[in-house]
Amino acid sequence: MKFTWFNLMPWPYLPDDFRESSRSVWVDIPSTLFDPARANAVYHAYMDLLEYADELGFDGIGVNEHHQNGYGIMPSPNLIAAGLARRTSNAAICVIGNSIALYNPPIRVAEEFAMLDCISGGRLVAGFPVGTPMDTNFCYGQIPALTRDKYAEAHDLIMRAWASDEPFAFDGKYNQLRYVNCWPKPIQQPHPPIYIPGGGSVETWDFCLDHDYNYSYLSFAGYLHAKQLMDGYWDQVATRGKDESPYRAAFAQIICVADTDAEAERLYSEHVLYFFNRCLHVYPGFSDPPGYRTINTIKAGAFDQFRASMQKVFANLTWRQLVEDGHIIAGSPATVIDRMKDLITSLRVGHVFALFHCGNMADWKTRHSTKLFAEQVMPHLRAMWPDWDGDDRWWIRPLADRVRPEQTISEARRDPQLPRDVAAD
Amino acid sequence: MSRTISITTARGITCDVVVFGSAAASPVVAFHGLGGHLGGEPTLVALGDRHEVFAPVWPGFGASGGEDELEDMLDFALHGADIVVALGLERPHLYGHSFGGMVAAEMAALSPASYGAVGLVAPMGLWLDDHPIPDVYSMLPYDFPVHLFHDPATASVLTGGVDFEDRAAVTEFLIDNSRRLGTAGKVLFPIPNRRLAKRLYRVTNPVAVVWGASDRLMPPVYAERWGELLPQAAVTMVDEAGHMAPYEQPAAVAAALVSTFG
Repeated sequence: MKFTWFNLMPWPYLPDDFRESSRSVWVDIPSTLFDPARANAVYHAYMDLLEYADELGFDGIGVNEHHQNGYGIMPSPNLIAAGLARRTSNAAICVIGNSIALYNPPIRVAEEFAMLDCISGGRLVAGFPVGTPMDTNFCYGQIPALTRDKYAEAHDLIMRAWASDEPFAFDGKYNQLRYVNCWPKPIQQPHPPIYIPGGGSVETWDFCLDHDYNYSYLSFAGYLHAKQLMDGYWDQVATRGKDESPYRAAFAQIICVADTDAEAERLYSEHVLYFFNRCLHVYPGFSDPPGYRTINTIKAGAFDQFRASMQKVFANLTWRQLVEDGHIIAGSPATVIDRMKDLITSLRVGHVFALFHCGNMADWKTRHSTKLFAEQVMPHLRAMWPDWDGDDRWWIRPLADRVRPEQTISEARRDPQLPRDVAAD
Repeated sequence: MSRTISITTARGITCDVVVFGSAAASPVVAFHGLGGHLGGEPTLVALGDRHEVFAPVWPGFGASGGEDELEDMLDFALHGADIVVALGLERPHLYGHSFGGMVAAEMAALSPASYGAVGLVAPMGLWLDDHPIPDVYSMLPYDFPVHLFHDPATASVLTGGVDFEDRAAVTEFLIDNSRRLGTAGKVLFPIPNRRLAKRLYRVTNPVAVVWGASDRLMPPVYAERWGELLPQAAVTMVDEAGHMAPYEQPAAVAAALVSTFG
């Protein structure tokens, strides 16, 4: 099993009455809620957490791209990844990912990902999401019915740019380039591992299988709710005659570890509820613009997690419901081990994107939970897939003698003057 | 009262055309709005008293496909022109409502000599920064009536009586809605402006612009702007009508069109 410590980077200062005072956490969130001076400490605290996860031995540290979003202050994950590449040298740097239909031209992604792979010594995991309707259509103005077509063209351009040793002309529908000549190129050949984060579009499964990419199901509804969709994915893997390596798939899960189950509720409940009640308060009209989902996906009933009915669920959840329904996995190390085993086997995943920081969780609590997981949970989950031991087809291949820049600056920001707890305890 | 024929354009798109009125009268080609053909098309029925009205079903709006062939505004305008050719009509009048008005205006701008008069009811295609058009693509179903109708109580014409408790019926409705608005989104999203304003000088045809006085999607200030860009246009405001004026006040809308079509 491989574990990636993932940080969504939520804004931790949404007001108590956010649901009532604002229509949506995403797209038209009041920008006056953002305080740039406070963001100085927030960004550094969040990046410190990612670096801490590297120190504790997580296999990867993960970032992603969202726009105009109260639960993700990371419109450019590549900027964060560049910082991480300079201050870590072991963990994979998982950028899950760049919404390639939004870059004009998308060759920019080929270049920046190549830079990240070079700086990190071959530790980049490259994610290519189609993108949510909120980011892609409403914030960045892409036409819903053409989004997938533009995405597919961007993918083809990037992969060809990485593979080609000669300049070539690209006559695309959305991109016309006379001289495609990717410079720099990634260390990992023929390309870094590619992960396709999906919400619930059935077309994405075939796209992953066509190219042998990892399928990453990113849902905040938790693993019990993901079972039906992941079963559909594995059915498709079988239909296509592909091997059933669990490393073909990843799943994102909110995890909270404490010394006891009761202590987990006492420590983390407030912050997890902040996430579900405020951070997932998305105006349903932004979740499904006509034309974004294909007819096959509508027929499959794979509705978006931000649709109106889920909004009602998210708004009224209690800690007990969150735990019992598997939205979160929380409790003592023993409890978390049990439920993680259930997640890993029932979804058949070899990769978990573990979300320890949640909502407005204080820095020390996030570290506490992370450390308990690394030391008392993770070792018990490592050997869940003995039949697939060593299957690294979807993992990084870093340089053995890579530069380890963080050794020279490891204490660079240990100044006690700096506020480490950016949110309420 | 109407009959339906099937045509195939030179591009190879097959679509239904609903025909109203008598073959003896001068022809009108009528392009529907974002909802497609709804509720018996009372304005087209009324126009049929004086004209033979050909109302094509746009790709993505009916049973047949073809919407993947249409990617941008030029494709859309040429598809409209292809329909006129496929119907074998000489200089028909053009009529368009809302999204269909945008298509009709683009067709006229491309080839004004190919058409007679142009009747536009609350056409899309212009954008005024001071009067932003509400975002149709982020509206929830219950948002539509108040934006589209003078009297929101008449909005059931939009859904054709779908039982929203019936999951299969809802899925069917979602598929239809996704195809309709998804297709139109290629020329309407995110801002329904594909620079038609800079081409309208080419439209030298007689023009009728008809607007619901209570249009809350595109307020009547847009009718003024059409009047400025098309100085020859007869601009008619229709009382007790919103964006869906052809369904709310069909007699008044048809009368305004006929006065220009002759």
